[in-house]
Amino acid sequence: MDEPQVYARLAEIFKDVFDEDSIKLAPDLSAKDVDGWDSLTHIRLILTVEKAFKIKFSTSEIGNLENVGDLVKLIKARS
Amino acid sequence: MNPLYAELQWLPRAPQGFSESLKALEGQVGPLGRELQALALPALDLNQLTKLARVIGKARSNGKALDPLAPFRLAVLSNSTIDLVVPPLIASAARHGIALEVIQPAYDQVAQEALTPDSKVNSSKPDAVLLALDYRALPLKLSLGDAEAAFATVQGVIGYLQALRDGIKANSNAVCIFQSFAPPVETLFGSLDRALPGTLRNLIDGINRQLAEYVLGSGDVLLDVAALAETVGLADWHNPQLWNMGKFSFSDELIPLYADHVGRIISALRGKSRKALILDLDNTVWGGVIGDDGLEGILIAQGDARGEAHLAVQRLALELRQRGIVLAVSSKNTDEVAREPFEKHPEMLLKLDHIAVFQANWNDKATNIQAIAEELSLGLDAMVFLDDNPVERGLVRKLLPQVAVPELPEEPAYYARTLAAAGYFEAVAFAGEDLQRAGFYQDNAKRASLQKQVGGVDAYLASLDMTITFLPFDATGRARIVQLINKSNQYNLTTRRYTDPEVAAAENDSEVFTLQVRLADIFGDNGMISVVICRPAEAGVWEIDTWLMSCRVLGRKVEQMVLREILKAARATGIHKLNGIFKPTDRNKLVADHYGKLGFTKVAEEESGLTRWELLVEGVDVESAPMKVVSLGFGSMKENLRG
Repeated sequence: MDEPQVYARLAEIFKDVFDEDSIKLAPDLSAKDVDGWDSLTHIRLILTVEKAFKIKFSTSEIGNLENVGDLVKLIKARS
Repeated sequence: MNPLYAELQWLPRAPQGFSESLKALEGQVGPLGRELQALALPALDLNQLTKLARVIGKARSNGKALDPLAPFRLAVLSNSTIDLVVPPLIASAARHGIALEVIQPAYDQVAQEALTPDSKVNSSKPDAVLLALDYRALPLKLSLGDAEAAFATVQGVIGYLQALRDGIKANSNAVCIFQSFAPPVETLFGSLDRALPGTLRNLIDGINRQLAEYVLGSGDVLLDVAALAETVGLADWHNPQLWNMGKFSFSDELIPLYADHVGRIISALRGKSRKALILDLDNTVWGGVIGDDGLEGILIAQGDARGEAHLAVQRLALELRQRGIVLAVSSKNTDEVAREPFEKHPEMLLKLDHIAVFQANWNDKATNIQAIAEELSLGLDAMVFLDDNPVERGLVRKLLPQVAVPELPEEPAYYARTLAAAGYFEAVAFAGEDLQRAGFYQDNAKRASLQKQVGGVDAYLASLDMTITFLPFDATGRARIVQLINKSNQYNLTTRRYTDPEVAAAENDSEVFTLQVRLADIFGDNGMISVVICRPAEAGVWEIDTWLMSCRVLGRKVEQMVLREILKAARATGIHKLNGIFKPTDRNKLVADHYGKLGFTKVAEEESGLTRWELLVEGVDVESAPMKVVSLGFGSMKENLRG
């Protein structure tokens, strides 16, 4: 899966998790930029990503995520 | 994970455009309950349940009515993080007819909330308090091999739970829903853990057993989480990573299942559990089609793999009846034919005595189910309908959305398990009179007579997106044509049997008009479902030698479309009249008026019951039905006939 494909799939997931169509994904997008991106929604986001891409992240990988760019890198490394 | 449970496979899949339907609801005026329940009906994942709960919450805070959903206030006390679970609880409760409001105190405040009179939980006056505790909430001290200490530990835990209950009772008088405890996967010794006093497994076993006994006597309610976790597998239930990251006490993937189980319990507390099970017969209660395969041909015997699968359905139905669930039958069959196995087949577990209402006829099943409900004086929302045929299930779901209709897998061995997994008959208590209930309904039930057709069948048929394909006989289709000719009994006008060479002869005879008919719909390809042979009689006349159809596609207006195709061919070849014959057998009563319904005129009736019919081709117009028509390969025949 190349980067644009990962972004496209992630965009659908963000829409689903945040119930919000207007989020524009960019590498430096992070929790502080999005309404409702609290720790619980973050968990739901990660769980949804794991399921959608059929991958599992380690606890430390999840802990080190700073922004969407990190997440995309992690997905690409795994899938 | 086992998908039956993790994906709630008894529920229909969530439709495309779920989010859009939800959004559309936000602008709606008037009570939203029915629409919300419909949206909650399919199997929804965590995100979908969360979105649905948000819409319900918004509607409530905007003061919108949620009728006819029954309001229920549930306080949840837990030692774990339940924030991901609460929205699914609300959405799943809507599936079960409940407008759920959840009171969620701060994290891990179980004892404080239960025991303090003016705590958030107690002052909110909940209808019930769910004690969503897992084993990590309990004061469990291992005491390996020390039976006395183990006993004391178990007593201590039960005492703690009782104290919580007593606090809740005294302060808010809510019903307590206790959860049994899913034991962790990890053992200390191995198998010995179960037996040895004072191991974690041994302690949790003891607690679960005592808790169950206590609840049965106290009038409270048990949610058997231990059984649920064992059903899906403890290794899948417990997710140590999630516990470590956020104190989530079980796997996120099982939240929809857990929430559905809570929904069932609440629905049972509100008296909304289902009360009657309506069974289809062919390929549900037995394997095969009684009208075609006959008493000897249906599969129901012990020792036959298919037969045993259907026996398991019968056994479950019978056991449900013993605990008070009313049984009824809705089958597309001639009444006597459908009753025959109940009366004569030695392997049948179900007898006519067990069936409160027996509806075997050729009406659509929605009409029959409505008649059954009226006959039993039960609401449609008390009904469960079990049928192997996805088209019948779809029709009933569409026309009678209150009826619960479980999806069934391809493999009949899983029918009984799927029905049980759906939990339609959840009960929170059992009383002696439950044992007599099925008989009570039965006494009051007289056989339902003719009913008005339920509206909207046409709209449903249109939604099936059917494609009907007509082809003359050919070598590829021959084996199936021969099979249908020799097997079909019910929808068969003349029951003439032909061998392979005879069918091949008809195929190659340019004077003979032949049709093989296939039907596809949104559920897939039904394959070849109808066969017609017309032979030349006197000049300009065709006699319909054979017309048969698979009962699987009954009520889909296929016969109309077939007649249209015959008429088209007749006109193209200069035929001015069709002669039809109905030759009665003990199996084909269904089609006695086949030609009459299609506009033929009866011209003769013989002593044997054989009737002759005719239809003048000129000017006759048969109504079309909502399906796409594909007509292939007839060009050459027309030329042959003309030449």
